[in-house]
Amino acid sequence: MKIHLKVWRQQNAQSKGYFESYDLDHIEPDMSFLEMLDVLNESLIDQGKEPVEFDHDCREGICGMCSMVINGKPHGPQKLTTTCQLHMRSFKDGDSITIEPFRAKAFPVIKDLIVDRSAFDRIQQSGGYISVNTSGRPVDANAIPIEKESADASFNAATCIGCGACVAACKNASAMLFTSAKVSQYALLPQGRVEANTRVLNMVKQMDLEGFGNCTNTGACEIECPKGISLENIARLNREYLGAVAKG
Amino acid sequence: MATLDSKVPKGPLAEKWSKHKNDIKLVNPANKRNIDIIVVGTGLAGASASATLAELGYNVKTFCYQDSPRRAHSIAAQGGVNAAKNYQGDGDSVYRLFYDTIKGGDYRSREANVHRLAEVSTNIIDQCVAQGVPFAREYGGLLDNRSFGGVQVSRTFYAKGQTGQQLLLGAYSAMNRQIQRGKIKSYTRHEMMDLVLVDGKARGIIARDLVSGEIERHGAHAVVLATGGYGNVFFLSTYCMGANVMAAWRAHRRGAYFANPCFTQIHPTCIPVSGDHQSKLTLMSESLRNDGRIWVPKNLEDAKAIREGRLKPVQIAEEDRDYFLERRYPAFGNLVPRDVASRAAKERCDAGHGVNKTGEAVYLDFDSAIMRYGREKANTSGLKDADDKTVRALGEKIVEAKYGNLFQMYEKIADENPYKTPMKIYPAVHYAMGGLWVDYNLMTTIPGCYAAGEANFSDHGANRLGASALMQGLADGYFVLPYTIGDYLADDIQTGAIDTQSAEFDQAEKAVREKLERLMSGSGTHSVDYYHKKLGKIMWNKCGMSRNAKELQEAIDEIAALRKDFYKNVRIPGSADTKNQELEKAGRVADFLELGELFALDALNRNESCGGHFREECQTEDGEALRDDENYRYVAAWEFKGEPKDAVLHKEELVYENIELKTRSYK
Repeated sequence: MKIHLKVWRQQNAQSKGYFESYDLDHIEPDMSFLEMLDVLNESLIDQGKEPVEFDHDCREGICGMCSMVINGKPHGPQKLTTTCQLHMRSFKDGDSITIEPFRAKAFPVIKDLIVDRSAFDRIQQSGGYISVNTSGRPVDANAIPIEKESADASFNAATCIGCGACVAACKNASAMLFTSAKVSQYALLPQGRVEANTRVLNMVKQMDLEGFGNCTNTGACEIECPKGISLENIARLNREYLGAVAKG
Repeated sequence: MATLDSKVPKGPLAEKWSKHKNDIKLVNPANKRNIDIIVVGTGLAGASASATLAELGYNVKTFCYQDSPRRAHSIAAQGGVNAAKNYQGDGDSVYRLFYDTIKGGDYRSREANVHRLAEVSTNIIDQCVAQGVPFAREYGGLLDNRSFGGVQVSRTFYAKGQTGQQLLLGAYSAMNRQIQRGKIKSYTRHEMMDLVLVDGKARGIIARDLVSGEIERHGAHAVVLATGGYGNVFFLSTYCMGANVMAAWRAHRRGAYFANPCFTQIHPTCIPVSGDHQSKLTLMSESLRNDGRIWVPKNLEDAKAIREGRLKPVQIAEEDRDYFLERRYPAFGNLVPRDVASRAAKERCDAGHGVNKTGEAVYLDFDSAIMRYGREKANTSGLKDADDKTVRALGEKIVEAKYGNLFQMYEKIADENPYKTPMKIYPAVHYAMGGLWVDYNLMTTIPGCYAAGEANFSDHGANRLGASALMQGLADGYFVLPYTIGDYLADDIQTGAIDTQSAEFDQAEKAVREKLERLMSGSGTHSVDYYHKKLGKIMWNKCGMSRNAKELQEAIDEIAALRKDFYKNVRIPGSADTKNQELEKAGRVADFLELGELFALDALNRNESCGGHFREECQTEDGEALRDDENYRYVAAWEFKGEPKDAVLHKEELVYENIELKTRSYK
């Protein structure tokens, strides 16, 4: 396959970015998208140029490290697929592909396609946990039976990989889908109910402080989420939040 | 030759850990506030250790090279975590888990450590449930279990095919709570470049900020390395791209002995290599062997026809298929341990029965499971006379509920539908049983330097059983290291903060800067990946699933020559004082080029076959591994002496007081 690439290049957070064009021959349909970029980088290094920097690690679609917007879509054209699991067979011979970093005020660019997503960590730190001591002696794991449906729903929310595609997809760069997934995971379990009120208040407060936009329920986040995290979680977060505010 | 003191407590096996906890020194809460600990790596072992240490009151600094602690590669573990809960009432016990692990490891692990692991395994499940880890449950609301290779009970707890993700996010949440309290300071996008010793004790690290390129000094009273395994020495593996041996190797160069480097796990069920562009391999969870059957065509002509695309697997009649694991190992069938399954697959492919273009793949077939589950479902849904098509549809639904995410991942990568045609799989490098030598307290041979999780060597012997890596990572981090470290730190309550302006820190920082300059000054002929791929080829061909003395010696020489060429001719664009991914890779590959040589040396020294280490010279008539307990019942711990090939061997004799050494049989 022949591919024409337009890639966002930016030296660091302070400098101005621009698009650079590259042409690649001999791309195999079985290559992953990131392996295609490996090929590009090998050729750039051969020419004595700086390779394109991008975040990636597990290349199995689970660590959430890979990002980038491909032809206007976070993680590219395939549904329920991270960039690392996208393969070149999703493109046609001769295609032009535009690659940009995730764009959001709360995700500043570090270099080329790499952005700083530490705002997500800080949202989790503000309340994304259950306050039990690891060194304590908790009760037996089977002491509290949990309805299978709740456990499964909690698990589904917990499969969020924290990649930030929801923010990149949102016209307001809102982090509601991400935040609501964590709130939901705990809200659906008896162990998590104990601190449910303070958790939702603290996490929403931190989310706002980080500069993410508001949610207007357009649902782009759900469509682009590589793990299929449901909008129901946002509804649940709103319910939890209103309940917590009412309780004061 | 020096002898290694494992510090295993005296007394009966089942009482050693309780007794040890009563005997070791403690640090009182007020004093803990004056003690700093560095934890490098934030996977299961690192995240759980740092959370617990911070909770106990120590001041913790954590380091990871990723952009968040949550990205560590424990997240990719699929199948599950073992624990001797015996919730299924199938006869499981702490002793059985202990026994299975020792036997699975082919009698090359330390008895006392493994028993402790089995003891604390049950706490892990309690802890994780309390933390909100959403494990799979049955309709009655209780926890569900499944079975894994090398055992005959169901003791594996799981969260679909994402157990590692859920456990890691649990440990990460515990870390976050301590970060919020101010007890953990988390350094992300940072890499440990060297360990700093003061008066022979580990007192800090030199780290590189991967964004700014700045070299930083961090002091502490103890340093915990939870930096995972070194399987990426093979270039192609199921590890994440950034996984590296740098921290462990730097510690090794500073005096920590490296144990059993040749004990590396090659996992039987991975998606086969598709071409030269391949950057990594993807695992298909061992849990699939609960329901999938492994086979190749019995007739060489059929295999050839399949390779050439003239025949499809579904066209091969039942009697023309060779279910070789069921044939060779009737007692365990498809659930034999990983080393055994991998070797058997290689044997069939080498004999010409492989089923992909390159002849390096076997089938993992779900057809009979789909029909079995479908029939059961039809019976319980009042469809006793259902036709095959209906049964198949019902069965596919059930298989999807169990393994849906794995099937989806397979389809994305291989572009084939595994519900309709069998998966193609082949063994790939997956885990390192070897690692830094540690005593019972998890301390390396450098006082104050600890190793936890995959980074140490202690629990899995020569082969790890499925679902035991998560167990060990969390056992070390939550329940072992936070207590044993107190025994050492009790002497440091009056030390005060570690001065990072000392001559030792100056010298270590200087060495790091010189190393970076040396890497940047290569002639610029070849990229880092060029060298990494070459190293990987040597490792896979000569130190892979089967090894012999001649090729191991060749590997030692070839790796040394490659290393020399690397420093002379590597090309790293950009500069060292900015974000530079090529430089990051180069530093890691430089260490792999040393470790690879030690790996081959260790494999050459171990003139026996055991677990994942198969020496062609040592096998039974029917091709099974032939152990030599008389001469090799020891841990090989290597001391660094300048060049990897000059490493000095120290032996820790393995004493089995509670288990009779037997030939491992799964027949």
